[in-house]
Amino acid sequence: MGVPVVTLRPPGTAEGAPGAGLRLRWAFADTVTLTWRNLVRYVRIPETLFWSSVQPIMFVLLFRYVFGGAIRTGGVSYVNFLIPGIFIQTIAFGAVNTAIGLAEDLQKGIIERFRALPMARSAVLTGRTFADLGRALVVCGIIMGVGYAVGFRAETGAAAVLAGVGLLLLFSYALSWGFAVIGLVAPNSETAQVMAFPLLFPLTFASSAFVPVQTMPHWLHGFADYQPVSVVCDAVRALMIGGPTASAVWQSIAWAFGIVGVLAPLAVRRYRRLAR
Amino acid sequence: MTSAIEAEGLVKRFKGGVVALDGVSFAVEQGSVFGLLGPNGAGKTTVVRILTTVLAADGGRARVLGYDVARQPEMVRGLFGLAGQNAAVDENLTGRENLQMIGRLSHLSRAAARARAAELLEEFGLLDAAERSLKTYSGGMRRRLDVAAALVARASVLFLDEPTTGLDPQSRAELWSVIERLVEGGTTVLLTTQYLEEADRLASRLAVVDRGRVISQGTPAELKAALGRTVLEIELPDSAAAELAARAVAPLSAGAPGVYGSSVELPAEGGPRTAMEALRVLDREGIEPVRLSLREPSLDDVFLALTGHRAEQGATSTGEGARGRGPSVPDAAAGAGAARWASPS
Ligand SMILES: Nc1ncnc2c1ncn2[C@@H]1O[C@H](COP(=O)(O)OP(=O)(O)O)[C@@H](O)[C@H]1O
Ligand SMILES: [Mg+2]
Repeated sequence: MGVPVVTLRPPGTAEGAPGAGLRLRWAFADTVTLTWRNLVRYVRIPETLFWSSVQPIMFVLLFRYVFGGAIRTGGVSYVNFLIPGIFIQTIAFGAVNTAIGLAEDLQKGIIERFRALPMARSAVLTGRTFADLGRALVVCGIIMGVGYAVGFRAETGAAAVLAGVGLLLLFSYALSWGFAVIGLVAPNSETAQVMAFPLLFPLTFASSAFVPVQTMPHWLHGFADYQPVSVVCDAVRALMIGGPTASAVWQSIAWAFGIVGVLAPLAVRRYRRLAR
Repeated sequence: MTSAIEAEGLVKRFKGGVVALDGVSFAVEQGSVFGLLGPNGAGKTTVVRILTTVLAADGGRARVLGYDVARQPEMVRGLFGLAGQNAAVDENLTGRENLQMIGRLSHLSRAAARARAAELLEEFGLLDAAERSLKTYSGGMRRRLDVAAALVARASVLFLDEPTTGLDPQSRAELWSVIERLVEGGTTVLLTTQYLEEADRLASRLAVVDRGRVISQGTPAELKAALGRTVLEIELPDSAAAELAARAVAPLSAGAPGVYGSSVELPAEGGPRTAMEALRVLDREGIEPVRLSLREPSLDDVFLALTGHRAEQGATSTGEGARGRGPSVPDAAAGAGAARWASPS
């Protein structure tokens, strides 16, 4: 009506939707942006990371100096047995951050804004899980330091230890997708957190993380031997302090891919359903 | 005349049986400001969420610049800017980082995102606070940043969901002039509001929404002309005098006078002439008014005439429905809105 109107060309090509190559580039760039955004929080509020590493440190001290004396671990010193377990426990508990972060973003309406942007929708989930992977890497560093301080000594080579850390990170990434589902289902971040615990406690404590499974009652062996935390723990232990590695490592990798294969589509589906 | 935004019979039912939208239709001409006016819980946010592809409608169709929001959401998303009802900004980032992030996610180059953020910070008077975390921002600053974020991509369609709710009068006035400037530049704006004054000032057309339905549409002037009447308000020293005055001026109007405490309201079809006659009558009766004024019908009067109930009643009966997931409504702001709807009687 007489007013000059500037109509922006739709994003992408002049006609129709953006091509696959461009979409892929965007998905990558958007993931990088959101990973950065999610990591900034840990850098800006270092207290979060500090306090979340206090708990594993307490566990190290508790098991190393209080319970450790009563736990028989065969030929291995208890501290060497313990630290791989602490790694896996911290990684598992740390994955809750994915649930909390997503629930919080939903609650605050940020995700609503993201969903109205021309960005790749997948980036909300990938950006979150990658950021939590970065967080897990830092936490692994802290545990390694604390472990060495209380007498842990890796008995294999540097390559094997690094492979162990790599396995932990892979498992951490897989768990993040699992907890993403909880974050998307929970009504708020507090609930997301308490929803995660009933899963985490049996997984981390009815496992080979703190005590050998043989010392547990018989009926528990079936679960404790084959559940993913035990499997990954055994693999990491073998990689760090020696022992047969191959089978445990392959089983761990299978678990990680299995978890992602089942739960990532579930998370994506749930994310899409936010539009209902 | 081209429509930038078209909604046809939008229906939305939420879990728990809440019918948020019950067939909402309207069209927004390109380059104009369209106001969706309604009390809390009327369905305004739901309309905006559907138009911005965030929520799927259960029925009806909607188009933005010709693209169907349900069938071609990817085409639509790059075309508009959105400032949602709850200022959705990232607490842990600085003001500048927030705008740059939105720029990057809108696929501006790094340099362009940086330049655009600087421009907007300047324009919205946020340069001094640019490097501060949002935790230190006041409500007004957050709102401004939120609206700035909606402008990052220079979209030609803008959705502003209650942009000034909860703002102090000065921030509100500032935001109004920003919106007016944008419209001068050709941007189409869909604005929702609970503030009558705001719709009246900014919107060239508006739809009054109540309980998920558009109950009236038109220009603010049309709505007033169709439904409102000029009102003569006479304030007297006390209610006894008001009763006397009401009886004295009653014959001057076809409508009955209303007495509200110490003041009298009389429908004044004759406008100033009715006022003159009223003064003559009062003088003859020896009644001296404290104050006398002619009031144009307000949109509040319009709402009352359209629905037969005050807007705030609508808010309590439909607004209390259980909210599932979704951004929370700032309660204090909603309260302020409801207060504005109440007539000054
Ligand atoms: N996610 C939701 N789940 C259930 N009910 C909802 C949801 N969102 C909004 N509603 C309900 O839909 C109606 C319209 O809400 P809304 O669009 O937010 O109104 P407005 O923005 O005009 O205040 C209200 O009754 C509200 O309670
Ligand atoms: Mg609303």
